[in-house]
Amino acid sequence: MRLAVREALLGFRRAPMLSMLSITTIAFSLFAFGLFSLVALNIRSTLSAMESRVEIRAFLSDSTTPESIAAAMGDIGGFKEVARVEYITPEQALERARLELGEFKDVFEAGFLPASLDVRMREGYRDPETVKKVADRVKVYDFVDDVRYGEEWVQKLYSIRNVATAAGIILGLAFAAVSIIVIGATIRMAVMARSREISIMRLVGATDGFIRRPFLIEGLVKGVLGGAFALLLTRVASSLISRYFIQTEFFDTRLALLGLLGGAVIGVVGSALSVGRQIRRVQ
Amino acid sequence: MTVIRFANVSKEYPRTGVALHDVSFNVNKGEFVFLTGPSGAGKSTILKLIYFDELPTRGDVWVSSTRSKGVSRKEISLLRRKLGVVFQDFRLLEDRSVEQNIAFALDVIGTPQDKIHAKVSRLLGQVGLSSKATSMPRELSGGEQQRVAIARALANDPVVLVADEPTGNLDDRATRGVFQLLREINAAGTAVVMATHNLDLVKRAELRVLEINRGAIVYDTDDEKRRTPELTP
Ligand SMILES: Nc1ncnc2c1ncn2[C@@H]1O[C@H](COP(=O)(O)OP(=O)(O)O)[C@@H](O)[C@H]1O
Ligand SMILES: [Mg+2]
Repeated sequence: MRLAVREALLGFRRAPMLSMLSITTIAFSLFAFGLFSLVALNIRSTLSAMESRVEIRAFLSDSTTPESIAAAMGDIGGFKEVARVEYITPEQALERARLELGEFKDVFEAGFLPASLDVRMREGYRDPETVKKVADRVKVYDFVDDVRYGEEWVQKLYSIRNVATAAGIILGLAFAAVSIIVIGATIRMAVMARSREISIMRLVGATDGFIRRPFLIEGLVKGVLGGAFALLLTRVASSLISRYFIQTEFFDTRLALLGLLGGAVIGVVGSALSVGRQIRRVQ
Repeated sequence: MTVIRFANVSKEYPRTGVALHDVSFNVNKGEFVFLTGPSGAGKSTILKLIYFDELPTRGDVWVSSTRSKGVSRKEISLLRRKLGVVFQDFRLLEDRSVEQNIAFALDVIGTPQDKIHAKVSRLLGQVGLSSKATSMPRELSGGEQQRVAIARALANDPVVLVADEPTGNLDDRATRGVFQLLREINAAGTAVVMATHNLDLVKRAELRVLEINRGAIVYDTDDEKRRTPELTP
């Protein structure tokens, strides 16, 4: 093991430029993932803050009897997507409107706003599609005049999140592919530079696994360094965005560790993909 | 007990064609065998077949308990831990000291770190180079470099030592010294198979000789002994 670590460190010294290039491309790969995950993460937390307020409001016609209202509340409250159904009288609606639009409170008069049923969705059922489905089911009651739900921009945030996720995955994978190619080239050179050592190792009975190990360790170290570099870049990007655009939240420790792990995986996989083939060329 | 067994072994190389044709012989535990014959005869090929650097095209090679037919890379690695191999060109790592070269081999075969230093000292003592432990290979004479290579080959405590023209680059005095060392190693129980051009050495030694020519064994002193039983005790 000590030998393997020593050989791995030697690899850095032998090809510092290529090693840096490997680390940088790994970092860019994870930075692309990270930046877009950050966007997705922040949109998600915005969404969930809003989502907890997501409700379907069914406006009721004036002539609705208390019995039908009670029956409808029972029905709707029984939907598995629904957390709570609340009856809002015209007076309460007025009160709420006055609270929300403080300075215009004199504009509203009693009876101006209709009564409504406010339906709150259970967590996990707050995405636009489910909300729309439930809204459609609420709409079927005769005494429901109109149903309002999910604003358009919620929908927009969702699509931004999806685009950000897709862009992150595509860019991240592209950089990952580049870093794997660079790692492959590095290993090719390193194997050539060490061909004498490798053939002596063979001669005294080293197994392929043993010969491969320093290269994998080198890949692992590069990957973790690349991951750390990417985290740093993402952190800087996050604080820049917070300072000049909007307040963002950064990854928690678990996600940050996931980034390092991602780097480790790229480094090791990249090395493993080429080292076997390369060391077999040395006899 | 047989440690090397060639059974009707033929070897063809992709471009140059037949290098060995139907070669059969055995080497017993603790035996010393010379391989002689002109350049290109097939001596190195026989040695490569012994340490499984090449595999036979036809026939079968057994070394220790490993058989060439169907052998895996892993089995080859494990077999090599029972062998020592030295070459004409020493094949030392130029950027490491004498002791580091030997420690490298011990490290590769998984010797515990705390045992390595003592073992390196013992091996250097065995080849008479205790005073050169921290020298770099280029600071040594050819004979000394070959001794380092032999010490490295002994790191495994090999059953068989394979030597391909080990004195080919050495002057007479160094040749005698290295050969003497190989005899000592052999006397301690290791079988030695040594390819050489040095007929003087072969004649004076009175050891078993396999003469190779054009990929075949043309002469084996053992066969002669068998034909003249009065010579065997
Ligand atoms: N790796 C190889 N590829 C192709 N031909 C080879 C190879 N090694 C040896 N040969 C050929 O096999 C024959 C025997 O070579 P070798 O065993 O090296 O002879 P020696 O050691 O007796 O001089 C020669 O004709 C040589 O050209
Ligand atoms: Mg030869």
